[in-house]
Amino acid sequence: MRWYIPYGNPTYFIWLALAIVPLMIGLLYGRRFRGYQTIISLFFLILTFGGPNWRTGIALIGYLAYQVILVAVYSKYRQRKASPNKGWPFVLAVILAIVPLVIVKVTPAIESGRQSIIGFLGISYITFKVVQTIMETRDGIIKEFHPVLFGQFLLFFPTISSGPIDRYRRFLADYDSVPKRADYLNLIQTGVRYVFTGFVYKFILAYIFGTVLMPGIEQRAILAHGFSWNIVAYMYVYSLDLFFDFAGYSLFAVGISYLMGIKTPMNFNQPFKSKNIKDFWNRWHMTLSFWFRDYIFMRLVFFFMKHKVFKSRVTTANVCYVINMLIMGFWHGETWFYITYGLFHGCALVINDTWLRYKKKHQDVIPHNRFTEWFAIFLTFNVVCFSFLIFSGFLNTLFFGPSKF
Amino acid sequence: MDDVKDKVIAILNDLTGEDFSDNLDENLYDSALLDSMGTVQLLLELQDELGISAPVSEFDRNEWDTPAKIIAKVEEMKQ
Repeated sequence: MRWYIPYGNPTYFIWLALAIVPLMIGLLYGRRFRGYQTIISLFFLILTFGGPNWRTGIALIGYLAYQVILVAVYSKYRQRKASPNKGWPFVLAVILAIVPLVIVKVTPAIESGRQSIIGFLGISYITFKVVQTIMETRDGIIKEFHPVLFGQFLLFFPTISSGPIDRYRRFLADYDSVPKRADYLNLIQTGVRYVFTGFVYKFILAYIFGTVLMPGIEQRAILAHGFSWNIVAYMYVYSLDLFFDFAGYSLFAVGISYLMGIKTPMNFNQPFKSKNIKDFWNRWHMTLSFWFRDYIFMRLVFFFMKHKVFKSRVTTANVCYVINMLIMGFWHGETWFYITYGLFHGCALVINDTWLRYKKKHQDVIPHNRFTEWFAIFLTFNVVCFSFLIFSGFLNTLFFGPSKF
Repeated sequence: MDDVKDKVIAILNDLTGEDFSDNLDENLYDSALLDSMGTVQLLLELQDELGISAPVSEFDRNEWDTPAKIIAKVEEMKQ
């Protein structure tokens, strides 16, 4: 038996196709074989977390047990009759839910790159699912806790390694039902198209940018010592590789979910066509940015406005933008370049809003035509690519890394 | 329940500067009249003016995206 990263190579897809055909036949005939789905889920989880990766498999099992118990205890507190719904048990539950992730993220930063033994592929994505479940339980929107369904939600294998990040209530509604045949046929059609577009993105375009072009440019940039145009070339090539690699992966995850009759939300919507940074975050890694919008940004705004912390609405929004994106930076990892990336996007959102307000106020003098729209897209694309250059960590290698030559 | 309708329209008018009395099915998000900030303000105003408390997670954009749907939701929650 060999061991696989999800969607990493053609053999994985052959296994996938073989495993989901019975499930698809069931769905076509109005039945969802949940037992069978659980068995193939376990099979694919073992392909990724077994064999030489067995330690991460143990970490995953431990993590799962810990989170299920945590959410069960909090649900019990919250769902009993006349629950006081105090703030502190909620805050405590959220902190306990993110503790494992914090340990995994901080360990390499303080132990010179050594990985934590409790880490596994996809831990940061599962943590989002746990935290949102706790938040919606606090709000009384999730009224019942089923450990098994919760486990199915967390471990849904097509999205386990890198999302897209689904929502518990949305997932459950799909999992509990069988789509109508006409709808399911549409899902199959779209799902297959997604998977094949994913092949083009990940195995052709990302390969060209990431594997063919990038190493040469990287070498030349390092040999140039200091600034050179190679850094600019690297910035574009890295950004395109990042997009096609991640969007390709996401298309696989969404496409396979569709074939299984689960409408996992889409992750990308032509992000390089964005007219401004806000527009960009509505199109790039959407399930992540919407998660941050719904569970961090809006809640912060709600809290600040309710307690009248800041006088103006503008200040409230700006403070929340920066906090929101900084947390996203920390989530990516504890390095200066991830945190700077977060701060950069927080500030970009503040500038973006300020400009839009100014533009609205002076709309009679500021031109708006096809040219300015193209310019806006061009500018946004370059700002975004620059942020990815920060994100890539390449500047760190170039200017602060150990000298290789 | 016209009271609810008038109040919701007044709140939306305050937030977006538009009068929706004759335009109850306009999509507030597609037309970018409402964003996350506006949404939170809307929830707080609904709380203050109409005494309904809708937590942020209740807020599914697809269910609250036109004045008509918001009015229907609020009336449902008042009962």
